[in-house]
Amino acid sequence: MAQGIRNLLGLRDLEPESIVEILDTARSFREVLERPIKKVPTLQGTTVVNLFFESSTRTRISFELAERRLSADVVNFAASGSSVSKGETLKDTARNIEAMKTDIVVIRHGSTGAPHFLSRLLKSPVINAGDGINEHPTQGLLDMFTMRERLGELKGLNVCIVGDIAHSRVARSNIFGLTKLGANVAVCGPRTLIPEHLEQFGVKVFFSIDEAIQWADVLNVLRIQLEREAGGDFPTIREYRLYWGVSRERLEKSGRSILIMHPGPINRGVELDADVADGETSVILDQVTNGVAVRMAVLYLTGVKPS
Amino acid sequence: MKIFLRNARVIEPSGKYDGLFDILIVDGAMQEIGSSLGGNPVNYEINLRGKFVVPGLFDMHTHLREPGQEYKEDIASGIAAAANGGFTGIAAMPNTDPVVDSAGVVKYVLDRARQSGLVGVYQIAAITEGRKGERLSEMKDLSEAGAVAFSDDGSCVTNSHVMRLALEYSSMLGKPVIQHCEDHELTKFGSVNESPETIRYGLKTQHRVAEELTVSRDIQLLEAFGGKYHATHISTAKSVEIIASARKRGLPVTCDVTPHHLFLEDSVLGTYDSDYKVNPPLRTGKDNEALIEGLRSGAIDAIASDHAPHALHEKEVEFDAAPFGLIGLETTVGAVMTRLFHQKVMDMRAIVNVLSVNPRKILGIPVPEFNLGARAELTIIDPDCEWEVEPEKFKSKSRNTGFKGWKFKGSAVGIINGEKFYFSERLK
Repeated sequence: MAQGIRNLLGLRDLEPESIVEILDTARSFREVLERPIKKVPTLQGTTVVNLFFESSTRTRISFELAERRLSADVVNFAASGSSVSKGETLKDTARNIEAMKTDIVVIRHGSTGAPHFLSRLLKSPVINAGDGINEHPTQGLLDMFTMRERLGELKGLNVCIVGDIAHSRVARSNIFGLTKLGANVAVCGPRTLIPEHLEQFGVKVFFSIDEAIQWADVLNVLRIQLEREAGGDFPTIREYRLYWGVSRERLEKSGRSILIMHPGPINRGVELDADVADGETSVILDQVTNGVAVRMAVLYLTGVKPS
Repeated sequence: MKIFLRNARVIEPSGKYDGLFDILIVDGAMQEIGSSLGGNPVNYEINLRGKFVVPGLFDMHTHLREPGQEYKEDIASGIAAAANGGFTGIAAMPNTDPVVDSAGVVKYVLDRARQSGLVGVYQIAAITEGRKGERLSEMKDLSEAGAVAFSDDGSCVTNSHVMRLALEYSSMLGKPVIQHCEDHELTKFGSVNESPETIRYGLKTQHRVAEELTVSRDIQLLEAFGGKYHATHISTAKSVEIIASARKRGLPVTCDVTPHHLFLEDSVLGTYDSDYKVNPPLRTGKDNEALIEGLRSGAIDAIASDHAPHALHEKEVEFDAAPFGLIGLETTVGAVMTRLFHQKVMDMRAIVNVLSVNPRKILGIPVPEFNLGARAELTIIDPDCEWEVEPEKFKSKSRNTGFKGWKFKGSAVGIINGEKFYFSERLK
């Protein structure tokens, strides 16, 4: 019987058992997505508000699909063209929407801690759809779901996250979630994109992508935000691609078969070459499908009414 | 007006009165200091058995927000908070609107403060026009108008040439340049201390070296060009070390530390509560220890609160959007008595030095004396008063404290400042 979770603010403070529960629950929703009629009545009569203070296509659509497939009523809020541009505070925006008797809040925000802040103000469960550089827990969960689906147990698996670790909420949620379930986690990238103090999480650091490829069973390749080049965090996109870009040549040289993941959107030819992204070990589109199932599971577990 | 303080445990810097005394204050002056005085009818007679009477405390780093941001604090509410916290004198930073970079604004603040008179308000003027760090303010004119020191607090004078000019020009006036030490290039990407804790919390960080570099550079400028230099709200172990070594070489460097940098560490940031967002950021437990040791050894001269009021609506937002700063006038003495006095890190005489004597000396302000006929300017401290920090009870207009809910042992319970006086409801 589902225990339910109050909020999903991040994987950092989630018990390993809760993570397993979400992943197991997602498995049954994944099955629903293969049916001719991909809809269940689970959240009928429940209203979910998607508060997106940062632009997002994939995550927003994925949440919305998950909500609709659970038969929830859905309200979308995007920051531009809203009260926020009139100077309304996050507190007022959220409390006003809640006053219209909504049930679950999904929030994406550019400031770390914004979902935690909301969870203190609201009675509704809050689901973090990405906060600042902190966490993107549903992405972390769908990545773990996909690894489990393909490779079985996470325990003992070698997962290397490649790219801009310092500014990546995806990296952080992966690190917290994977280590809790016993995977070995490494990161790889230029030193200026890797934060200090990662050793406390038991995370290994590679500055060489070839060494990372030798070690890893899974490469989770992050998007290089092109504005980072302008910010001077690394010299040029050209140099990044030359030394950290994941290419077929590099993978073949290693002689190993490695699962290739990417949270999207991909800069083809920068962090990941097109033939790798579309190659036989790539599970990038499975991640997208699984994302809907994982979000259904999270919505279901936060929407479970205490019996 | 006659006030008779009986059985006060007097601690004063000259050491002439060291023990239990009765003090008779008539029309704001100390008329008699002795034992078993009595006989005269008085307006107030207070038995201070078990309580300290010390020279009025002084906070050399506060923000009173007037002119311009009176919704956060104003001179009257700042004075009320200071009196409630045990301070008879405070120095106000110039980052008001308009900035205190002209003699007229200095005079305005001092006039407004005199209307109350309960607490002495001293103005620190901007080093540069508009605190922009580019051109010197009219330092001599500001000094003539009453400014006691110069600071661009809130911003650092990062341009080394401008800092050189500030030290040279102010040396003619004998008044210190107070630096808010921060290399802004190193801090522009984040607001909290870079440490294992804050990396866990996913907050955007800045590195401690931003402060330490500035302290080092300024000391080299001081060595080359002269002047008087004070580093305010230093927050790292290394800053203490750099300053201590400069002082060993005989350089006129002084510094202060805030209670929040002494007693709070960055692990509190896990709640993303913006009341802990402050500049410089809260550091680690190791820094807390080094700062406390710096105070104990004398490497750090003073404790100052950096009382920085912000309205509730400004702090009740997502972390990145919140302004820096927290208030301290009404919690400094409680924190110091609890963590330094009762834990036997410092005795009362050492505490009087860092909270009363040294900040005045740095700013060139006379220290209140205990002499017959002298103007009475004193603070009463009850070391055993136990209380909990309840922001709604502050006299300040703002509530943004980092010590909410803390239980303190020890409190200021009253001040006498010449003919003005204030007794707290905690005076028992």
